[in-house]
Amino acid sequence: MSAAGRPPQNGARWTALACVGVVACMTGLAFASVPLYDLFCKATGYDGTPRVGTAPMASADTASAKALRVHFDTNVAPNLTWRFQPEVTSVDAVPGETKTVFFKVTNTGSKPATGIAAFNVQPGLMGSYFVKVECFCFSEHTLQPGESADYPLVFYVDKGLRKDPDIGDLGEMTLSYTYFASRNGSPQVAAEGKGTGAGTRTNF
Amino acid sequence: MATATAHAGHDAHHDHAPSFFARWFLSTNHKDIGTLYLLFAFFAGCVGAFLSFGIRMEMEAPGLQYFSNPQTYNVFVTGHGLIMVFFMVMPALIGGFGNWFVPLMIGAPDMAFPRMNNISFWLTVAGFCSLVCSLFVEGAPGAAGAGTGWTVYPPLSSSGHPGPAVDFAIFSLHLAGAGSILGAINFITTILNMRAPGMTLHKMPLFAWAELVTAFLLLLSLPVLAGAITMLLTDRNFGTTFFAPEGGGDPVLYQHLFWFFGHPEVYVMILPAFGIVSHVIATFSKKPVFGYLAMAYAMVAIGVVGFVVWAHHMYTVGLSLQTQSYFVFATMVIAVPTGVKIFSWIATMWGGSIRFTAAMHWAVGFIFLFTVGGVTGVVLANSAVDKYLHDTYYVVAHFHYVLSLGAVFIIFCGIYYWFPKMTGRVIPEWAGKLHFWLAFIGANILFFPMHFLGLAGMPRRYADYPEAFAPWHKVATWGGHIFALGMVVFIIGVILAFRSSRRAADNPWGEGATTLEWTLSSPPPFHQYETLPQIVDEPAH
Repeated sequence: MSAAGRPPQNGARWTALACVGVVACMTGLAFASVPLYDLFCKATGYDGTPRVGTAPMASADTASAKALRVHFDTNVAPNLTWRFQPEVTSVDAVPGETKTVFFKVTNTGSKPATGIAAFNVQPGLMGSYFVKVECFCFSEHTLQPGESADYPLVFYVDKGLRKDPDIGDLGEMTLSYTYFASRNGSPQVAAEGKGTGAGTRTNF
Repeated sequence: MATATAHAGHDAHHDHAPSFFARWFLSTNHKDIGTLYLLFAFFAGCVGAFLSFGIRMEMEAPGLQYFSNPQTYNVFVTGHGLIMVFFMVMPALIGGFGNWFVPLMIGAPDMAFPRMNNISFWLTVAGFCSLVCSLFVEGAPGAAGAGTGWTVYPPLSSSGHPGPAVDFAIFSLHLAGAGSILGAINFITTILNMRAPGMTLHKMPLFAWAELVTAFLLLLSLPVLAGAITMLLTDRNFGTTFFAPEGGGDPVLYQHLFWFFGHPEVYVMILPAFGIVSHVIATFSKKPVFGYLAMAYAMVAIGVVGFVVWAHHMYTVGLSLQTQSYFVFATMVIAVPTGVKIFSWIATMWGGSIRFTAAMHWAVGFIFLFTVGGVTGVVLANSAVDKYLHDTYYVVAHFHYVLSLGAVFIIFCGIYYWFPKMTGRVIPEWAGKLHFWLAFIGANILFFPMHFLGLAGMPRRYADYPEAFAPWHKVATWGGHIFALGMVVFIIGVILAFRSSRRAADNPWGEGATTLEWTLSSPPPFHQYETLPQIVDEPAH
């Protein structure tokens, strides 16, 4: 059966080695999927991943275009004793118009804590049109007990939104934030949650 | 198709087996390892059936009857799923029948790597032990066991289960997965390198084709599962955030990786069954299988397309409309090669000289029930319909029709078909037929009402439900009892076979059984094919 007149044992060895190679490749692909998926989400706004922009959009047709209502939703993971609120619960933004919203964060606990905010846009389809120019969620923050801070979010909604047939004239979207204790800072979700029954996160 | 020239020379003096311990614990013989796999699958199946009985008893009436903690109910559901998939269906169809009959059918003396074959089996057993351990250690706070479902989705499986139960379950999947990958390498090497002279791939029996395609599916999909659950393990224990959003991860990525494995996995469970049913139908219709090449390549097509449809398990995660459209289309395409197989089986029977033996009962019953499961599969393939039916009992009914009534029926079909060959004994035909009718009626009463429950909105993985769902749940539980009664008949049949003095002929099924294993004695000699069989072309019947 073996090709080129090799003895069968040799052929079997090559087949088995090729199979091992396939297994190694597929394992590698599984791990490579993590950065690739991340890249894919950031590039396409897939699954509600907002885009990150550097400069505001050139012009906003504020007079004629229909405004989009952007709601803000804020959550704090159970192991972080912070209060986290937006200054307004929603703003109306015309596609292309740059908006700034402040979020107030207070450490109500008795210990200093470091947190980082995770974010998501719903409906997920709008992720690729929601462009953040500046966001507090890009970095970690440390707050002393009782300390408060106001963090800005600068964003615009891409004008391409209205041309997307899947979105059409949908008028509302939600930007959701959840503050988590930073994994690099001291408290961690898994360690805190062990055996106490507090291991569940808030819904986000 | 081809037939073999009969060959003499299974000298009795070559047929001595080693001592009991060496034979069964250090086994390198493909037939003995196949037997071990079948016995193990039977044992694990009993454990899985016990868990499903816990589920069915609880669901018989609304409220909590047997489980004080609904989390424990979810642990039963999870254990049932994992055991039936990894430790019952796969060991029986791949390790059991595959090890027994692939070398016999292709005219090989044994598997290519007999010792690796032994490692595969014992890794599977070790995986089962790890899974059983996970049932008894803490998972979710204050409850034993992993109640994550067989999919082990984070964050429920990470922060929702801080105890070590999920670690044991992950370790179990690692071990069983490693065993299956080694087994798959063994099958591919054996089939590609050790076929008897003259047996080209296009003359190879369909069961060997099925195992070859299955082995490739395992080889390509299991490493992805291993990668995903390894990431889950490090997320749980070493502070990584592959699937944790607080560190920039995404739980949806786990679902993509899991189903990239999980969808081919369902074909891993059903393709060997396709192979077996082809032989049984052909044997008892006394005709070669209709459209042999189309049958072989339909399995290849199912395997290939099976890799690009995974997200139809994830319509509710927020895929874009175009993505959903693609997955709907690709999923429906699978109905085409599957239809080729169903119609070819019917065409094989058409005009044949059909004998309704016990094995034939199971095979024909399989075709009917698998088609029902296939039809609900086409319904669920539509993303718009699926959003309504996602995670309801309709889905439970669908996959039990294709697996519990598909794969499991063919496991019994294979046992009734090959039992005389494997043991030299004969299970009374009445036992096989009675078992079939009890299983057929019982399983339909058990699973058909689940369609109604699902359409009415009954969700999966809940221990309690509103009064309105009670009648159909009660009916389903009765069906479970009837199915269990069938299992008792099966066990009686096997006991009778071993107590009887009746011995099976080398080919008890007559001229319809044309594959090589029927040219050997029943049971086959410990080492077969010392003189390789020659495959000669024979004009079509």
